Amino acid sequence: MSAPVSTIREPLITGHKTYHQITEDLIGPTEKTPPTSWVIALICCVALLSVMAFSLVWTFWHGIGAWNLNRTIGWGYDITNFVWWIGIGHAGTLISAILLLFRQKWRTGVNRAAEAMTIFAVMCAGIFPATHTGRPWFDFFMFPYPNTRGPLWVNFNSPLLWDIFAISTYFTVSLLFWYTGLVPDFATVRDRATGLRRKVYNALSFGWTGSAKHWQRWESLSLILAGIATPLVLSVHTIVSFDFATSVIPGWHTTIFPPYFVAGAIFSGFAMVQTLMLITRKILNLQDYITLAHIESMNKVILLTGTLVGSAYLTELFIAWYSGYVYEQFAFLNRAAGPYWWSYFGMMFCNLVSPQIFWWKKMRRNLWVTFLMSIFINIGMWFERYVIIATTLARDYLPSSWSYYAPSWVEIGIFAGSMGLFGTLYLIFCRVAPVVAVAEIKHILKTGGDQYVGENAVHHHGPDGHDGHGGHDHGHDAPKKVETGGRTSGSSGITPLSSSSTATSSTKTTITSKGTTGSKDTSSKLDLDTPTASGAAIIGATGAVSNTGSTSTGSTGSLEDDLKKVEGIGPKIEELLKAAGIKTFAKLSETDVASIKEILVAAGPRFASKVPGTWPKQAGLAAAGKWDELKKWQDELDGGK
Amino acid sequence: MASGKKEVLYALYNDETELFAAIKAAKAKHLDIMDVFTPFPGHGLDPIMEFEESRLHIVGFIFGALGTLTAFLSMSWIFTRDWPIIFGGKPYWSVPAFIPITFELTVLFCAIGMVVSFYTVCGLGPGVNNETLDDRITDDKFCLAFSTNGKSDGEVSDLKSFLNSTRPFEVNAKTLSK
Repeated sequence: MSAPVSTIREPLITGHKTYHQITEDLIGPTEKTPPTSWVIALICCVALLSVMAFSLVWTFWHGIGAWNLNRTIGWGYDITNFVWWIGIGHAGTLISAILLLFRQKWRTGVNRAAEAMTIFAVMCAGIFPATHTGRPWFDFFMFPYPNTRGPLWVNFNSPLLWDIFAISTYFTVSLLFWYTGLVPDFATVRDRATGLRRKVYNALSFGWTGSAKHWQRWESLSLILAGIATPLVLSVHTIVSFDFATSVIPGWHTTIFPPYFVAGAIFSGFAMVQTLMLITRKILNLQDYITLAHIESMNKVILLTGTLVGSAYLTELFIAWYSGYVYEQFAFLNRAAGPYWWSYFGMMFCNLVSPQIFWWKKMRRNLWVTFLMSIFINIGMWFERYVIIATTLARDYLPSSWSYYAPSWVEIGIFAGSMGLFGTLYLIFCRVAPVVAVAEIKHILKTGGDQYVGENAVHHHGPDGHDGHGGHDHGHDAPKKVETGGRTSGSSGITPLSSSSTATSSTKTTITSKGTTGSKDTSSKLDLDTPTASGAAIIGATGAVSNTGSTSTGSTGSLEDDLKKVEGIGPKIEELLKAAGIKTFAKLSETDVASIKEILVAAGPRFASKVPGTWPKQAGLAAAGKWDELKKWQDELDGGK
Repeated sequence: MASGKKEVLYALYNDETELFAAIKAAKAKHLDIMDVFTPFPGHGLDPIMEFEESRLHIVGFIFGALGTLTAFLSMSWIFTRDWPIIFGGKPYWSVPAFIPITFELTVLFCAIGMVVSFYTVCGLGPGVNNETLDDRITDDKFCLAFSTNGKSDGEVSDLKSFLNSTRPFEVNAKTLSK
């Protein structure tokens, strides 16, 4: 799962963190007495929550007539809020699953909170359709089970039933994914605690020990869950859009709905993640883990999805006109110029126009702009659903049935209360679980920490420091109390960094090739301090170390070998290597992975993505004439990885 | 040495690279490693430990296929045999309409099956109480552990001197109650 990190990537963890410091920073908030701001926020959220409880009781007592829905407008606030919350719930799975598959390491800063947000948002969403049935205690009728009513089954052909399956599956899978990720972190909390607290976290951590085999299975599980959650998250909002798209109502009956809803869901979900994370990082002092780089990345996703949604709005308008179908044309004209024109323009402004500000890098990295935009988008995406639902229904087929809908105080109370529920759950979550995934942050430290990458990097580590292959040249004697780049390590007095470079003026070689299998013996000799000025370009630094790992020893055997025999090397790469003086298997086997990587990076982006992790080892076998062994190994390799 | 107890000699390291080197040295000496504990998944650890690939994905596939069949066959049976109803003039056996639920149940079965299997094979789960070797393993220490059950004092001191030669942060002994 680990791909080489580009030399131009910004660090994802700042502040020269050690493993221990990460634990302190991320577990700390769960151990301290909550700040006053937290208590006040919780009181506000619980107050809102009680408004919901009151409104719900009122609804059940007086019946669904307490809502302002009428014969024409059967879906109003309830379904608007349902779709809005479900949409918000999409970012969590997107961040944890899709970004995991795309190997976006910045996901680690925000995935935990986003997944929690997903779960809480889906809970909020569920309230609305469940209540809209009028008698929620009979909601189990919606599930197919052998019953005494005939047996009378549910309608499996209805998108509304698909929705039940989609959302309950989504909730379950998200919960499993989230909790499995939390288990190792709960173990970390457990191991720092005493007394009752330790007992509680011991129960929560399911007996996690950190055994290597468990980690292997855990990673395998995460990857496959990500693989199945990705189509799942796309299916959920697709099916929500089917609720509308399979009807025969002008304005709903469009095939563009599924992709448009999915893009909109991701859009609104990321906006909510921004809203929450900007506050959380400030209050919990997580600026080192949720950096401007994270925020910028999310703003890029917002810009992309916002523009997708905007294109869909415009496409809808175009198609309404182009279809020549007067009812469709009226539906869209009515949205812009009818009784709900204000929500249409609110939607257009918040979703299509205002996010365009994120074309400017300065704006993407501005916290206030980001926060303001995230609020705009939350509002805009709510308007979008309101436009689709209320506006369309208000103008029925028969002008005699035309109507107008405004929510009653009960509906507003439930909606406001759902935000209270969301806030309450999130605030409790912040106190009981690490908001940022501790183990995953430690995992990316050596590829994302600012002592390893970026301008302020001070550490040289082996070319494979992240994977940490064992041939590491231990350049120091005392592993205890090592100064890392002039900065003392965390309160444990221990640094996890074995390579104790003290030359702060040197720049770290940012080449981190992560071949997974081979390279264990040949790699990791690049423990040299390269005396490059810290301000110098990284490329310059990498250039300076090139070939240091490969001490030229006389080649055995022929003058030039057919390097293509090594899996992963094609004719072009062979040319490159030979031009760099690596002409024989013996020579290649002595060259360390980082040097090869440099040759590839220097040759351009086409080659930079190659993973030479196993090449020296393969060449070693070839040089020793162990062709059978090499063949057997290559059968297991995938493109030399 | 009481029966049922597990005596363990373990070394803690500050960095995964040191741990990996120690594992390799132990493997080279054909020492029988009891387990390795890390605060986060150590990449490159699996080949050194000579782990086989996890077979969870096979479990996932089987459970997923079970979900597919459950959903599709149930809906087919219900709408063609048990209680056929015509909805909007569509055929009883309207396969395209069954696809979404079939997909959802595939994912649901796969996820639940895999997660339950994961906890079962790892011996983890609600109510499980595993004694850990050292509280710092979940923080910033990397642990290599050897069982010393049934080992003579000479063997244990050999093991100890081996561990001390691998540049550990600490070498400790502990008796686990199970």
